[in-house]
Amino acid sequence: MNDKLREILQAPVTGKGDLIPLLQKAQEAEGYVSEEAIYAIAEKLRIPASEVFGVLSFYAQFRLRPMGKHNVKICRGTACHVRGSPLIVTAVESELQLGNGEDTTPDGLFTVEKIACFGACSLAPVMVVGGRTYGNLSPDKARRLIRKTAEEDHV
Amino acid sequence: MYSDYASLRAWAESEIARTRPADRTRILVGLGTCGIAAGGLDVLAALREKLADMPVSAEIVPVGCIGMCFEEPLVDIVRPGEPRICYAKVTPKSIPTILEEHLLHNNVRKDLAFAVIGDEPYDGVPAWKQLPFFATQRRTVLRNCGFIDPESVAEYIVHDGYAALAKALFEMTPESVIEEVKRSGLRGRGGAGFPTGMKWAFCRQSPGEHKYVICNADEGDPGAFMNRSVLEGDPHSVLEGLIIAAYAIGADHGYIYCRAEYPLAIVRLRKALEQARALGLLGERIFGTDFSFDVTIKEGAGAFVCGEETALMASIEGKRGMPRPRPPFPAQKGLWGQPTNINNVETLNNIPPIILNGADWFAAVGTEKSKGTKTFALTGKVVNSSLIEVPFGMTLREVIFGVGGGIANGRQFKAAQTGGPSGGCLSSEHLDWPIDYETLTKAGSIMGSGGLVVMDDSTCMVDVARFFLNFTQSESCGKCIPCRLGTKRMLEILERIVAGQGKMEDIDLLLELGETVKLGSLCGLGQTAPNPVLSTIRYFRDEYEAHIKEHRCPAKVCKALITYRISEEKCTGCTLCARNCPVNAISGERKKVHVIDPAVCTRCDTCRQVCNFDAVLVD
Ligand SMILES: Cc1cc2nc3c(=O)[nH]c(=O)nc-3n(C[C@H](O)[C@H](O)[C@H](O)COP(=O)(O)O)c2cc1C
Ligand code: SF4
Ligand code: SF4
Ligand code: FES
Ligand code: FES
Repeated sequence: MNDKLREILQAPVTGKGDLIPLLQKAQEAEGYVSEEAIYAIAEKLRIPASEVFGVLSFYAQFRLRPMGKHNVKICRGTACHVRGSPLIVTAVESELQLGNGEDTTPDGLFTVEKIACFGACSLAPVMVVGGRTYGNLSPDKARRLIRKTAEEDHV
Repeated sequence: MYSDYASLRAWAESEIARTRPADRTRILVGLGTCGIAAGGLDVLAALREKLADMPVSAEIVPVGCIGMCFEEPLVDIVRPGEPRICYAKVTPKSIPTILEEHLLHNNVRKDLAFAVIGDEPYDGVPAWKQLPFFATQRRTVLRNCGFIDPESVAEYIVHDGYAALAKALFEMTPESVIEEVKRSGLRGRGGAGFPTGMKWAFCRQSPGEHKYVICNADEGDPGAFMNRSVLEGDPHSVLEGLIIAAYAIGADHGYIYCRAEYPLAIVRLRKALEQARALGLLGERIFGTDFSFDVTIKEGAGAFVCGEETALMASIEGKRGMPRPRPPFPAQKGLWGQPTNINNVETLNNIPPIILNGADWFAAVGTEKSKGTKTFALTGKVVNSSLIEVPFGMTLREVIFGVGGGIANGRQFKAAQTGGPSGGCLSSEHLDWPIDYETLTKAGSIMGSGGLVVMDDSTCMVDVARFFLNFTQSESCGKCIPCRLGTKRMLEILERIVAGQGKMEDIDLLLELGETVKLGSLCGLGQTAPNPVLSTIRYFRDEYEAHIKEHRCPAKVCKALITYRISEEKCTGCTLCARNCPVNAISGERKKVHVIDPAVCTRCDTCRQVCNFDAVLVD
């Protein structure tokens, strides 16, 4: 458990509707919600750990495994869909050899997330790598972007 | 702390005068989401750098989305006593030219300037209202977006901000506020279009120890960003609407439930709340009256169904966001069992102008049953991909071909999708139908929150239906069997059809299942999930049949039904495609015709996109 999480767990709660904000803070601190965090939150709110798990598994935001070093977000909104985002998803996933619903590469370098509309539909199809938005993508550009990110990581 | 509007306004004006002397040039930079995505921050950096070594002093003001997302990055220059000139598609490279010419040589570069954001043309640059994009728009909800610094409360106030709140508190009773909203004809902009004033009255009349108001900023439609732009570009107006709603209903606490994926909106809202509290516009004894009200921001956690009002309340309470049966309605028993009123961002945003200008002013625009204006995220295969606001009653054609500038790349219009996953696809036969709640419903779609996605002849309607169903299927909360399993079965059938393995009976099965899911589901998600499928079968049945009978995808989208080949006439043997094919499916020698091996090809479309001679053909 890192210090940030410990701090979050020590802060007072309001007594009403605290579970989701706590989970969000825990995820922010650790990059995912660890088993340790689940038990600690359950203890803090005096509710069963199963309830904590029930809530967190309902919401797409919560991750049970750590995030890769580079976060790739591909827009799967409607405008991006009609402008070719399925091809972008395939290109990126095949470049990173992700399959079977896996979102993170075994080396922990990349996590690929699919997001609903970024609000940048004028640039569709859109992908965000390391917080920077890239628009008007082609499958080829997307692949090269991934390769470049991986190369820059190695130097 | 101010106990009347005049002194608040005086404070704001002195604040603006202090921080923004009238004799100083202002440079507005579009830093809404799409502005940033298009490179607005690089432009900002170039702007700062260039200004630093110029002998002029100018102030840089970040603004939200003005709607012209297709022209981003946008930079506007306002010199004292001159109109606001908007430069479009600015790059860090064009910044030095623009600034030197405009600020040092008094030369507005017509080739780089896009429009005057003002009433008159200037120096050969057209006024914005002369452009087809703006000519028929009418900005009520977006009145401040792209005009004011969203992080400056003083600027909001000098644009009549919080005047409506003062008017409500000092000159109106809660009942008369409700009456005004009723008379305006305002209907909820979150999707269902329920009359807002009526909803407020129900909640006001419900007995309860506490009452709550909630702003629904969950914006779940995956093709839409209207609420987001308003929250980012004009957060105070949403807050002002919420405070007025609280006053009318008698609520003492409010929540803004915002998508966690909207970090900038959340930052701006937090800031707005702090500023409003510091001025006594929020918190104890607002404007010195006995009305007290405060607001908490709740971040959603990524579940579409949480946009549904009862699920949203469960989520605020910290539970799994599952809808529950109504009645009891939220107005009777809502959050923590107390009477609660939920409104969409845009609904609330309409409130201050209604209170300030009166119900008649608002009701003068629109159609008989749909009053006022509606924002749309106009996207897809349209030239002007943008955020727009138009009066109800405009036709689809006026919106797509007038405001939107028509179909991109000279292609053919095929369909327009409204209402997101709950809505349907309209075809060319609807182009001259007016856009209002009833008409869209009659056409088999819904108004929804304002997503308007344009599709052309290269969009496959079966694939679109599958896209939406895939979304609703994975977002179903699982409570109702027809919704949970029905959408899954429907999705399987659609996957079969796009794979070329469909049977003609599948179409009837989809229709039958669709009706069952609509009837047997508890909440709006299930009740509307079949709409994209039903409407595409209704208007584009031939495409379903082509997939099933001829194993052909007319739009050439569905991978299982298309093949890539290289035209012998057009191929120059440049080898570009072969070098770019990720699976080495292309063979051929330099300067000789290349060939694709269909057994290896994954139909990734790369070769077609890289070929400079249009030699790659899709059959
Ligand atoms: C599945 C589902 C998703 C919804 N998503 C939203 C949403 O994202 N934003 C919204 O304002 N309303 C949404 N609604 C509608 C709300 O339930 C509710 O009707 C609305 O917030 C009421 O506000 P209004 O009267 O101002 O429109 C959704 C409804 C359903 C069934
Ligand atoms: S209709 Fe679907 S999303 Fe709505 S409550 Fe039922 S299962 Fe859940
Ligand atoms: S579509 Fe993709 S896989 Fe097929 S030949 Fe072209 S580049 Fe290669
Ligand atoms: S749909 Fe991709 S940014 Fe809007
Ligand atoms: S975000 Fe810049 S104009 Fe829309």
